[in-house]
Amino acid sequence: MLNESGLLVESSKINIVANNKEIKFSDDALALTEKLIKRYPEGKHKSAILPILHIAQAEFDGWLSPEVMDYVASLLKIQPIEVYEVATFYTMFNLKPVGKCLIEVCHTGPCWLMGAEDVVRYIEKKLGIKNGETTADGMFTLKTVECLASCGTAPMMQIGETYHENLTLEKVDAILDDHRNAGVRRTHWEKEKIKP
Amino acid sequence: MGRQLLLDNLDKPGINTLSGYQQTGGYESLKKALQMKPEDIVTEVQKSGLRGRGGAGFPTGMKWSFLAKPPGEPRYLICNADESEPGTFKDRYLMQHKPHILVEGMIISSFALGANTSYIYIRGEMMYVYHILQKAIDEAYAAGYLGKNILGSGFDLDLHVHCGAGAYICGEETALIESLEGKRGNPRIKPPFPAVKGLWGCPTVVNNVETIAAVVPIIRITGEEYAKIGVGKSTGTKLISASGHINKPGVYEIELGVPVEEFIYSEQYCGGIRNGKKLKAVVAGGSSVPVLPAELILKTANGEARLMTYESLADGGFATGTMLGSGGFIVMDEDTSIVKNVWNFSRFYHHESCGQCSPCREGTGWMYKILSRLLDGKGETKDIDLLWDIQRKIEGKTICPFGDAAAWPVAASIRHFRNEFEQYISKGKSDVKHYYRINNLQES
Ligand SMILES: Cc1cc2nc3c(=O)[nH]c(=O)nc-3n(C[C@H](O)[C@H](O)[C@H](O)COP(=O)(O)O)c2cc1C
Ligand code: FES
Repeated sequence: MLNESGLLVESSKINIVANNKEIKFSDDALALTEKLIKRYPEGKHKSAILPILHIAQAEFDGWLSPEVMDYVASLLKIQPIEVYEVATFYTMFNLKPVGKCLIEVCHTGPCWLMGAEDVVRYIEKKLGIKNGETTADGMFTLKTVECLASCGTAPMMQIGETYHENLTLEKVDAILDDHRNAGVRRTHWEKEKIKP
Repeated sequence: MGRQLLLDNLDKPGINTLSGYQQTGGYESLKKALQMKPEDIVTEVQKSGLRGRGGAGFPTGMKWSFLAKPPGEPRYLICNADESEPGTFKDRYLMQHKPHILVEGMIISSFALGANTSYIYIRGEMMYVYHILQKAIDEAYAAGYLGKNILGSGFDLDLHVHCGAGAYICGEETALIESLEGKRGNPRIKPPFPAVKGLWGCPTVVNNVETIAAVVPIIRITGEEYAKIGVGKSTGTKLISASGHINKPGVYEIELGVPVEEFIYSEQYCGGIRNGKKLKAVVAGGSSVPVLPAELILKTANGEARLMTYESLADGGFATGTMLGSGGFIVMDEDTSIVKNVWNFSRFYHHESCGQCSPCREGTGWMYKILSRLLDGKGETKDIDLLWDIQRKIEGKTICPFGDAAAWPVAASIRHFRNEFEQYISKGKSDVKHYYRINNLQES
């Protein structure tokens, strides 16, 4: 049953602390959560878990700590294990900290045919990190991913919600420079799109 | 160029908005459909001969007629927008540029099926398209096309978009349903089929984006007219995602029946092989379908021109044929390493296996390991037989067809390119190309 605030639980009553900081969604994120939960029939609110975990990643530095997962479990009134088992199944959920920009380069067949390995090698050299690693300044994490349904504009990579297609080395340079200058964290559900 | 029923008017300004879409006749099919009886819409779709565009090619009208209708129980329509089959990018293209055709198709189809709540399940990576769809849905609500008593018809519909979070297996319809219920995407054992017990145990239809969108022109021109396009049981138009070593990669709407040779070489479509190279092989329907060498993709074993139809591409069975699948058409030029290509696909299937069934969970890992060994020049002759044996023991032995999808590319690569595997073993490497430079440069 939804309560007066439209949520399953009184969110102010959840008390989860990590590193002396209370884990808590912003008001916008709470309002959006409320809206999402209502899309599923009563009692089937667990369905909202994937979108809400995306929102949680955007709210909490791009990854899901155990405390953040516990918070989501409380919001959805489900057991923490139900969140853990889902979060560990889906590749878009980061279970350890990531750089402000998670660079996801597609390395599947059609992109390979168009030079995806060269893109990965180039970024590794340019940033001085290997696939899966984060730069010392915490700006970039490099990750290879499977086909992003952009094979006709290969090679390609994704940063945040944005697809960068028909890549050239010059384009890669420009994109990474832009992000370094902006210094903003990017997530798949972009923070500015967390609105009720 | 043949008839364009899905990609027409893409050049019109604002076609991605409600008003732009309406100026090209958008939502007229909905108005027409709401004057019809739901069962007559199902009949119309049956007459059209439309077959599921998600990969399996199952007749859509028949699928709809199977939907159980127990009194008092809700029914659901789910649109499968998970599009993760390597080589396939048509659904994303359509949703990004013409979101309203999907929304209109969802409303008509929900009306036909008697569903009052429907979902579009889109893969999480396409989050920007999620927001495009959300905007289109909001516009449709504001225009009275969604919500209560749509256009005075008495029909109520709530349509929601739902995002996944990175898992190819969630494209399989029962895994998708599990995922939409907020769980891990583990496929269910069938029966019961979703038409009887699907989302939250209720009767459910799952259809691909392109299938749902095609309902809009079918209602507009009638099923009979739609069925006149195409060849035999391959009716209508189909979106083909063309990628790889061609001059003009992209999404093309073809009338089913175009010769494969014309599709690859004509300026209307792929524009031939880039850099003046020769064609080596094609994966015609997404990574899961058997790869065919140039001579077999252009002509069947009987020497007939191969056509872009479900039947012609399958001609000869897996011995000499393949499948139309999702229409992910991946072209490889003469330099391409087939072993490296199938190694790449095997990595994909190993990575994406949900892990429920042992043959798939273990077998995909073994195949990837053996192929890695071959690529490293450390393979032995018996590895080829071992690969063959493993793929045979995955195919047909899993809960869902993912196992087949992982087995077929390996089988077909060995079947048609065994000499290349042998070369990797005898020479320690192959003469063919492994590494592609970006910007179209030569091998390093
Ligand atoms: C491993 C696997 C992945 C699949 N991925 C997709 C997909 O991304 N999109 C899709 O529409 N169908 C996909 N399918 C097919 C669906 O299970 C289902 O048949 C389809 O959505 C039905 O819609 P249709 O009849 O309109 O084609 C996949 C099937 C399997 C076995
Ligand atoms: S293979 Fe890279 S987007 Fe499809």
